[in-house]
Amino acid sequence: MKALSIRGLTKTYRNGVKALRGIDLDVDEGGFFALLGPNGAGKTTTIGIITSLVTKTSGSVQVFGYDIEHELARAKSCIGVVPQEINFNQFEKIFKIVVNQAGFYGLPRRKALERAEHYLRQLQLWEKRDHIARSLSGGMKRRLMIARALVHEPRLLILDEPTAGVDIEIRRSMWGFLREINGQGTTIILTTHYLEEAESLCRNIAIIDDGRIIENDTMARVIGKLSQETFVLNFREPVSDPPSLPGYVTRMTDDHTLEIDVSKEQGLNAIFGKLTESGHEVVSMRNKVNRLEELFMRLVESRGASGAGGS
Amino acid sequence: MATTRTLGRSGEPSLARAHRIGLETIVRREYGRIIRIWGQTLLPPVVTATLYFIIFGSLIGRRIGQMGGYDYMQFIAPGLIMMSVITNSYGNVVSSFFGAKFGKHIEELLVAPLPNWLIVLGYISGGVMRGLLVGLVVTLVSLFFTHVPVHHPLLVVASVLLTAVVFSLGGFFNAIFAKNFDQISWFPTFVLTPMTYLGGVFYSVSLLPDWAETMSYANPILYMVNAFRYGFLGASDVSLGVAFAIMGTFAIVMFTVVVTLMNRGTGIRE
Ligand SMILES: Nc1ncnc2c1ncn2[C@@H]1O[C@H](COP(=O)(O)OP(=O)(O)O)[C@@H](O)[C@H]1O
Ligand SMILES: [Mg+2]
Repeated sequence: MKALSIRGLTKTYRNGVKALRGIDLDVDEGGFFALLGPNGAGKTTTIGIITSLVTKTSGSVQVFGYDIEHELARAKSCIGVVPQEINFNQFEKIFKIVVNQAGFYGLPRRKALERAEHYLRQLQLWEKRDHIARSLSGGMKRRLMIARALVHEPRLLILDEPTAGVDIEIRRSMWGFLREINGQGTTIILTTHYLEEAESLCRNIAIIDDGRIIENDTMARVIGKLSQETFVLNFREPVSDPPSLPGYVTRMTDDHTLEIDVSKEQGLNAIFGKLTESGHEVVSMRNKVNRLEELFMRLVESRGASGAGGS
Repeated sequence: MATTRTLGRSGEPSLARAHRIGLETIVRREYGRIIRIWGQTLLPPVVTATLYFIIFGSLIGRRIGQMGGYDYMQFIAPGLIMMSVITNSYGNVVSSFFGAKFGKHIEELLVAPLPNWLIVLGYISGGVMRGLLVGLVVTLVSLFFTHVPVHHPLLVVASVLLTAVVFSLGGFFNAIFAKNFDQISWFPTFVLTPMTYLGGVFYSVSLLPDWAETMSYANPILYMVNAFRYGFLGASDVSLGVAFAIMGTFAIVMFTVVVTLMNRGTGIRE
């Protein structure tokens, strides 16, 4: 069973911004899925559509088989969402925020009180239950939103940049908590622009950039792709059969051009040795710009910029 | 953090039950809000009403003498109660719902499996509660100044309830379109208050020149105030049937419009 299935999803905001240009995504039940991308890529828009805060322009979304167009209430019942920005009433007491949310999902009062206590304890907020939400620190506010999202025990938990602006220690303890919840069977989708976070938590990853999914694979394979470079070699004479280069993944793109994927450990000397042996004369070589790597350069830059800006 | 998840998954609760609980939760939260900020919700109308009773009732009213066959104080008491019901049911919903939009906690309701009509109903219940609470308190205040007979208790309740519903819906409508705090005070200041003052709270429209009397009949608030006054004094400037038909129609049409706007996502969804 798919926890989430998205097909051809597009979103054009009223001001004309094309936030999503047709994305497909599948998340298996029980999965731990990362949606990674730079600021403005369309992560929050995607989550907004899944949770019905944003209306889609076209395409379809199913949550555990329930289409958000035809069975919205059922789809919503399956989802717990931790938004990117704080969206509880800052003047309300912490306990009430969580109890009320349980009520909105139809939990009887007694169960709502029990569950609210349970999750506030789990997120180490029980001592603060009678405080006004505004008085919490940034990390605590984030945890309050996690408790609130879990109180109806959703099958799918969606977190939009849950650890942005949270210090390292709290971030790690949050990761531990999410792993546990996932271990108990809750499907988790999180968005992030920290590769480290996605790598340490998630088994599957989709990379979104400018409203398009540019990569969607297991974490291991994506990390593999990231740590390799592709070189493009041009030969003087046309080549009919690709030269044999054991250990390397190669492709002839035309009869003069060979592409070779080289991992960081492999080095280039062996390639030239083999090509000389087999009589292939190389006239030029360049580094092929890889979309994924290009994206990561930007991710790293934006992280650097936001760090310097102190936001 | 945390260890086990001891509580089982919720089975699928019946829809009607989930809706009832959802509504109860919204209403409880609205009630809690009214009580928590009582200094903004319940106190000001008491102060205003007391001033009106002292100035218009005791000081000026004594010189006016009778109005529509009753002491001026007795005449304006139902009007002042109704005025506070109108202002407060409107004010409650407009500030609570706009506040929820502004503080983004409206999203708590929007992501939950609640139909829009139920969200509207919840906020309207809050507005009606505040309207009735304030109406009750102002009634108590009026008892310090005058004796108010009650001719038709049922009409009193029916008219105040319908009026509170209509103005709660008005507040909701305003909040849907409001983009900032100016836009939630514009309508009450420039439309609602003048219409209330001109809606026969302080005078019988039969005292007005013909043209003004005729114009007054276009003001829906006139019908509400008079139906309510009729419940107390047994006297009215308008036909009761027309008054209730107007209130009923307003309530139904506005509810439909507001729910339709919510379904379209106007002002709340991107
Ligand atoms: N309410 C909105 N109105 C218009 N444009 C928006 C709105 N929200 C987001 N956008 C634009 O849509 C694009 C995607 O934004 P978003 O989904 O928030 O990206 P991310 O969460 O990946 O940072 C951006 O260009 C952003 O400026
Ligand atoms: Mg975002």
